[in-house]
Formats: sequence, structure tokens, C-alpha cells
Amino acid sequence: MIDQTSSATQIAQAVSLGSVSALEVTEAALKRIETGNPRLNAFSAVTATRALAEAKEIDARRARGEPMGPLAGVPYAVKNLYDIAGMTTIAGSKIDAEEPPAASDATAVNRLKAAGAVLVGALHMDEYAYGFTCENSHYGPTRNPHDTDCVPGGSSGGSAAAVAGGLVPLSLGSDTNGSIRVPAALCGIFGLKPTYGRLSRGGAKLFAGSFDHIGPFARSVRDLAAAYDAMQGPDSRDPVCQSVEIEPVLPQLGRSLAGLRVAVAGGYFAPPGVEAALEAVQKVAGALGAIKRVDIPQAERARAAAFLVTAAEGANLHFANIRSRPQDFDIGTRDRFIAGSLVPAVWVQQAQRFRRWYRAQMLKLFAEVDIILAPSTPGPAPRIGDDSMPIPGAQLPVRANLGVFTQPLSFIGLPIVAVPVQREGALPLGVQIIAGPWKEAMALRVADALERQGVVSAPVAG
Amino acid sequence: MADKPFDAGAYVDAAAALTGMPIAPEHRPGVVVNMERIAAMAKLVMDFPLPDEVEPGPVFRA
Repeated sequence: MIDQTSSATQIAQAVSLGSVSALEVTEAALKRIETGNPRLNAFSAVTATRALAEAKEIDARRARGEPMGPLAGVPYAVKNLYDIAGMTTIAGSKIDAEEPPAASDATAVNRLKAAGAVLVGALHMDEYAYGFTCENSHYGPTRNPHDTDCVPGGSSGGSAAAVAGGLVPLSLGSDTNGSIRVPAALCGIFGLKPTYGRLSRGGAKLFAGSFDHIGPFARSVRDLAAAYDAMQGPDSRDPVCQSVEIEPVLPQLGRSLAGLRVAVAGGYFAPPGVEAALEAVQKVAGALGAIKRVDIPQAERARAAAFLVTAAEGANLHFANIRSRPQDFDIGTRDRFIAGSLVPAVWVQQAQRFRRWYRAQMLKLFAEVDIILAPSTPGPAPRIGDDSMPIPGAQLPVRANLGVFTQPLSFIGLPIVAVPVQREGALPLGVQIIAGPWKEAMALRVADALERQGVVSAPVAG
Repeated sequence: MADKPFDAGAYVDAAAALTGMPIAPEHRPGVVVNMERIAAMAKLVMDFPLPDEVEPGPVFRA
């Protein structure tokens, strides 16, 4: 039986076998969004007409005996920075809402459609992806399905909340400094940030191009892998997207992990005051038999360098509007964008050069270990409106610190699966499964093994 | 920049004036706070000596 707890792969199988129609699945998803979204404010737009048409087309294809895609009839939604043909791509802003509708779908949307998935809507985010809380002053805060007084994390907050709350089994987000991994952790679901350059960002609005990645959210690793597989492949629309061979991961899940060298990140990634986050890491490490610790050299400087490049690139992208109409920006991004427009070039260039040095050090580490584990965030979801995180003994400013453990890793584009650790009577936390460049398959296999052991899981919240 | 403390307020005022970036009085305090944060990050980066042959490498392969 297909319901709100069904995974994407279960739905695709049922639709392919004909035990349920894509239309029935889509109508049920639209109904859930209608009743569930007011509580979460995850959706900024619902594409009902398009969804019903796509679903009918899937059913017609099956009736004609044509092959069904791996995501046949799976409802999904995308962060509202992805182009959806005929709709304006707002990227969480008021300014871009004045733009004309997108002429075509983003590449990722095209590819999910080709796999049979059904687009049901667009999802809220921090303005221009510059934030970790999804408290958008134009469109209201998105709420965490585990506790609606709390933030879902950001910037892909709507994408995480929609999946965690059972509105859709699959969504797409983007991650520049942690914008997939942070909300995946705070909402207690799975997220994948692939290697920089693996998935096309064609038709997805940029934030800081040096670090921008796209990736999926789901409640199971199989679903993450299925979506990732469907989106792989080169794309001339994205100058950063590499022409590497497509490596389907789904068939690799379940393979033995014997001999895999797993280590826990120490030092910068294990500071005092974040005990709950470190307990979550230990739980995962214990299940994997990881006892080795590694120090990621100069991680604090890496985070600082990522911060600088982000400030400068984000400000460059929005420069004309920052100068002419700063009052129309979100209060949460405005002053950062203005400051970013004044950053001296010598700082930014040094940060880019540091990136190369740091990458070389990380590659040395990955000669000794295959997987590194680190917390996704310092603590669980903060309350909406709170400026500090509930971490004993350390009141950290929320906006500046939610990404403290994610930022030094996306800085050099490493593939990472964020896995959710559920806690009795407490909000969930996340752990980053970090692999070497282009080794998404390995990170996903580890996440899948943890899910099979029951160490990590993503039940529908609320 | 290690010589004397970075004066974010003075820098913001001067840089904004010279580059033609208007900053409304009500936005200035927030901009200065953010420039202080950026400068603290820049100090970490600029204090780390890099050999001349380290050039930016935007493409990452194993």
C-alpha cells in the first residue's frame, strides 16, 4: 500500500507494476500538501496542473506497454531556485519575483522527469541561499516538522521540511556551504551533496559559483541513490559540470564494506560544548567499527576562506540590485551582501589559493582513509527567531555557526552524505559521511549499511 | 593588515564612497558588523603563508 510513508523506490515499483496509478499517487501527494503545508510553510508554489499532466502521461506510457522510468510516478518538489518552465524562479527573494517566467526546466528537473518523476511544486529557501535557518522575511519562516517552533535549517529548508513532514518522498536542494547537509540534519532526513562538478547546475540559480552544488533529499538512502543516478551526466549548460562517466550507485548498494577504512574527524570537528553532536558521530562510528581519528589540517582557515569567497561571489552576483535597491533584500541577507561588495580582491584571491593547498592536504588524508565522519551541525534545530543555539555552555550565534562543520568540506567539493540520527525525546542530529572526490558511491554504500543496521533512519515526522 | 587593527567602520565608509556603493544610515551598523566578521576571517586566511606556486585550482579530481 502506498501512503505518505512510502519511499520513492516503493512508489516507482508499485506504479511500474500497476498496483497503483501515477495519477492516484499524485492526487494523494497534492492533497497532503494542501492539508500539511500550512503547518510547515515548505511550499512556495504547487504545480498541480503540471503534476496531473505528468502523472497521466506516465500512466498512458504504462498502458502502451512502454518502459517505466526508475522514478515512475514519484512526486517530488524543488527548492525555488530551480527553473520550472512557465514559472518565475524567485530564489527566496522578492526582487526575482519580478522576473519573467523561466523558458525551460532546469537540467535536474528535466532528468528527473525523464526518469518518470512528477513535479508537484517549488520549495522555500533563505533568500538567494544565503542563510542556514530558512527564516525568510518575505515569505515567512519554514517550520521544522519535528517541532514547528523550530527552524528546519537552511538554506534548502523547504526541501528538507517537505520530505521530513511526509509531503513528498523526494526533493532537490542546493549546497554551497552546507545548505543540504544542515537542513537534512535538523529535519532528521538523508541528503546528498555530490562532488563539485558532478551534477549539473544548469537552470538552477547560483549563489557562490565556486562552491555551488545541487543534490537530493530523501527518507532513505536508496531514494537518494535513485535520484542521484537519474541526474548524473555531463551538461553544456553548466561550465563546472564534468564529463565523467555515469556511475550508477543503486546497483552497488549492499556490497560488502569489508576493508573500508573509516575515521572520525577530531580537532576542529570535535570542540568542547557540542557533546550531543559528537555522540551522534560516535554512534555511527561505533556501528562502522571506526576507531581511528584524523585531524583535518587548517579546517578553521578553510571555513574562513569559504566565508570570504562566498561573501565576494554572492555580492558580485547581486551587485546591481545591492547598489540600486538594498531595501528590497531580506533583512537577513542585505547587510552581508553590502559588506561582501566591499571585500578587497587580495583577500578573495588568497582564499582561492588556500583552497588549492587545503585540497592537497585532504587528498593526502584520503590516501590513508576512505571515509571520514564529522557532525553536520553543532547542535539540534534552534527555535525560530532565536539568535543562539541551544548548546550547553556556549551561546553561539545561529546564522554564523550552523554551518561551521559543513563549510570546510564543500570548500573543496568533497562528496558527502548527511545521515540522520534520531534521538528519543530530542530533536534529530546529522552526521556527515565524507568520501574522497568522485566517490559518492562509497559514501552512499556506507550510509545504506548504517540504515540497514537501524543506526540511522528518517521516519516521517509530526 | 597585521600592523594595526582593522577599522571596519572607516573601511566601509571609505570603500563605499570610492566604489559608489550607497549605504543608507540605517543599514550601516549591520554592514560594519559584517565587515568586521569578514575581516576576522580574512586575517585567518592572510596569516597563513602560501608558496608562490600555489594557484587556485577550481577543478577537483582524485
